[in-house]
Amino acid sequence: MSKYLFYPGCSLQRSARPYLDSLVAIKDDLDIELLEIDDWNCCGATEYISVARLPAYALNGRNLALAANQSNGTSTVVAPCSACYLNLAKTDRYMRIDPDLNASVNDALAAGGLHYDPGTVTVRHLLDIIYHQIGIEAIKRKVVRPLTGLRVAPYYGCMIVRPDYENRFGSPEYPDVLDQVLRALGATVVDFPVKTHCCGGHMTQISPPVAYELIRRLIYAADSYQADILATLCPMCQLNLDAYQDDMNKHFATDYSVPIVYFTQLMGLAFGHEPQELGLGKEMVDPRPALAKVGVAVEGMVSAETTSTKRHSQRRRKDDPSLPMPQPLIKEEDAS
Amino acid sequence: MTPIAPTKPRSFLEQVEAGTPGDSRLSMCIQCGTCGGSCPSAEDMDYSPRQIFAMIRADMKDRVLRSNSPWYCVSCYYCTIRCPQEVHITDIMYTLKHMAIEADLYRDSAAPDLSNTFVSYVENNGRSFEFGLATRHYLKHQPLNLVGAAAMGLEMFSKGRMDWRPEKIKQTKQLRAILKRAKAIEASQKMEAVA
Ligand code: SF4
Ligand code: SF4
Repeated sequence: MSKYLFYPGCSLQRSARPYLDSLVAIKDDLDIELLEIDDWNCCGATEYISVARLPAYALNGRNLALAANQSNGTSTVVAPCSACYLNLAKTDRYMRIDPDLNASVNDALAAGGLHYDPGTVTVRHLLDIIYHQIGIEAIKRKVVRPLTGLRVAPYYGCMIVRPDYENRFGSPEYPDVLDQVLRALGATVVDFPVKTHCCGGHMTQISPPVAYELIRRLIYAADSYQADILATLCPMCQLNLDAYQDDMNKHFATDYSVPIVYFTQLMGLAFGHEPQELGLGKEMVDPRPALAKVGVAVEGMVSAETTSTKRHSQRRRKDDPSLPMPQPLIKEEDAS
Repeated sequence: MTPIAPTKPRSFLEQVEAGTPGDSRLSMCIQCGTCGGSCPSAEDMDYSPRQIFAMIRADMKDRVLRSNSPWYCVSCYYCTIRCPQEVHITDIMYTLKHMAIEADLYRDSAAPDLSNTFVSYVENNGRSFEFGLATRHYLKHQPLNLVGAAAMGLEMFSKGRMDWRPEKIKQTKQLRAILKRAKAIEASQKMEAVA
């Protein structure tokens, strides 16, 4: 059993609750123990640092200091959200390489009776731990319900693979760590060309049309590659692609329906857990048709209307002025 | 009274470099345009990242801080990993954002307001609050979209994915003391920089 300090982040308390539920459900299968950092605060997302620099670093400094004080046989902090992960990792890194920043952050922390020596804890994303510490072979051994025939688009988004200070993911533009994890579950992983493109970030709030175009590119690509479902590892990506997919469809007069789930939910299904335990059924885009392909029925799903999706119909607008995307190369054997 | 030696005010380039942690490498930019070509938002920006960097070197502080470019940055870091000169572009965009807020120069306030609303929740509660953030922001800037946002919000509530009330940490006092001190330090550093 390996122990980790755990930084859940604000989203996992609510909008990304299914991410937390599914992680809790599979942690015994993965043989890991997660010790939540006591009284952790928000990481500031991409907003706090836009307003003020030092307070943003002090905000994350408090979390690092709390983690260091609590480290009991482990000094690794695991964060499941890409933005939290990067904010914590970035603060630790810049405190290490910028002595002035280090001094100022610690000066601020002292006002709360705290201190943090950079480098005391190591911040890692959940996917990094699952891939490098648990490993593909151990994952394969736990699979009792292989996701055979389920076509999954592996989506990484930005902040986990870029800037990737410690080069844990192999490539900042075309990694395949998540692809390998999903393949270990028995799924058919599509060679997703936009796997590290942006989900729209905070543009859904600031200028929705800009976000809709970024969302459209991802959903269009997933649909073109005939993905049944898209797997994500970040609450912001999940929220933008799932909750705003309908608005995006209205904006472009399209009718895409690509369900968006967390990779931990797919791991849980493959490990034999029930969908309710994994928080499945809380999506805005109905995942039931996709999950039915692997014999999983999601009961009690609250949905406004039963979705009538004509899959693979001609959805592209005639006057679509956007750049053409690379055409999918679907091999005969996996197009079945 | 001792006469004050005439000092050259710091250039905009120096201010941006000083405001960015570590070595921003901004002065190493060779104007190749890789950043703009990699940027998913460039099309919607007043000036591409490359143009912004040329303008910073030309000391066009006002125009840069009035532009929407930093606010349309989605922090995707594509430019940062592709830049042949390893300029810390995304970090510089953050620096420009808080410089714009401070100078009160960016006119279309939707983006800074989003950031400020977010910050106020964090400072008061220690946690962010999606529902409050979205509604307060929409009410102010996109009241027409609020109807759609509310419908989506309701569905999120029914699925247990949204709260009516923000969560709070235990040590809000400690956090506020830390942030207050951080702000004071930052303010005094700025005074020194100007002096
Ligand atoms: S990619 Fe780098 S060197 Fe090229 S224009 Fe952008 S900042 Fe300058
Ligand atoms: S980090 Fe910002 S400036 Fe750089 S490519 Fe992404 S959106 Fe553009």
